[in-house]
Amino acid sequence: MAEQQPEPLVRVRNLSCRFGKKVALDNVSLDMAKGRVFGLMGENGAGKTTLIKHILGALTPKVGEVRVFGVDPTRNPPAVLSQIGYLSEDRDLPKWMRVKEALRYTQAFYPDWDESYAERLREQFRLPADARIRNLSRGEKAKAGLLLALAHRPQLLLLDEPSSGLDAVARRDILAVVVRSVAEEGRTVVFSSHLLDEVERIVDDVAMIHHGKVALNMSMDELKATHHRRVVAFAEPLAAFPEVPCVLHVEGEGCEWAVITHGEADATRAALEQAGARILDETTPSLDSVFVARVVGSQTMQAVA
Amino acid sequence: MLHITISQGDGLPLYLQLVQQFKHLIATGRLKADTELPSVRALSEQLLVNPNTVVRAYRELEVAGLVYKKRGSGTFVSATGSPYTGEECRRILSQRADTLIVEGRNLGFGVDQLVDLLRERDRALNGGRS
Repeated sequence: MAEQQPEPLVRVRNLSCRFGKKVALDNVSLDMAKGRVFGLMGENGAGKTTLIKHILGALTPKVGEVRVFGVDPTRNPPAVLSQIGYLSEDRDLPKWMRVKEALRYTQAFYPDWDESYAERLREQFRLPADARIRNLSRGEKAKAGLLLALAHRPQLLLLDEPSSGLDAVARRDILAVVVRSVAEEGRTVVFSSHLLDEVERIVDDVAMIHHGKVALNMSMDELKATHHRRVVAFAEPLAAFPEVPCVLHVEGEGCEWAVITHGEADATRAALEQAGARILDETTPSLDSVFVARVVGSQTMQAVA
Repeated sequence: MLHITISQGDGLPLYLQLVQQFKHLIATGRLKADTELPSVRALSEQLLVNPNTVVRAYRELEVAGLVYKKRGSGTFVSATGSPYTGEECRRILSQRADTLIVEGRNLGFGVDQLVDLLRERDRALNGGRS
């Protein structure tokens, strides 16, 4: 689709970050467009949280550059932070406060706080106003965190693993509020998750982070259009799958193999046929299989290399 | 509430999953002409999908002439017979036929045997009447 690309809301360029010897981010460049939902996928420790903290301005880039709403988030924190809602992975809420106190406390930081919206969310989430944060269940804590992140109606919502460790009902409540805030207010959302089904449902654009590197970054539409899973057969059994550049991942042995390819459908089909493969079946892979092909597949290739 | 589901295992893009299910609901008469479709917000919340996905599915249905929009109001089912064009019917059936032929080959059935089988099954489905 040749749409005119407006200035992205978040722009990350050549960002690298290390903690001691550990490389957390390695030359990451990403754009996050206004009004879209951006999903960051990756295993635990892949670098998702570090990236989110850079967008928030909580970490200063040593190498590379981060721009949020066109400005450096570490240079002008109040202007940037007042437009961001952030739910951290560990939901660091003041445990000794009551829910209503936490609301009042957070409200003080945000001139745009919408009290009636906050109250509506609290009722919808069935959060008792007088309950102490420390006595809330896991799901309730996550909901309280989301409420506090949303009630000033930020332009950008950053959610770090919003539904990690939650039961199905709490997950549903959280996702429903995110979906509604996108539908009603056209909010830009960036969220990280290792739950691929959740990512597939919610996101417009997706980036896969692996060992601090961007392993893939494209719209979900493009991902679906350019990845194919094919079951192929060869006339004679093969000891190893032939070298075909568009093939990301291979499973199988002997005569029959399943491969995941990246590229235009006709071109990749032709490349496989040229290598002597007869195509038995062709489907669009799930996000899960693309992730495995991109991330796990690349690991095995590294191991061989 | 409409019974529409999203299948994650299926790699098919979500908006196409929605389009196909709406087409099916219209083709089978479960969604009748001038029925209002759920709002984008309601359906995206029900299915927990990105609202843009629902917008896109509705746009596809509109382009195909299966639904129409009323200004200031919602999206409604058009009064145009079957949502499947002759060509589309052929395409759907061709896919099924291909699967059957390949399966037949693998099991050692030729096309003639398959045709005989189809006739036989047709009789069986008609309760023995041909």
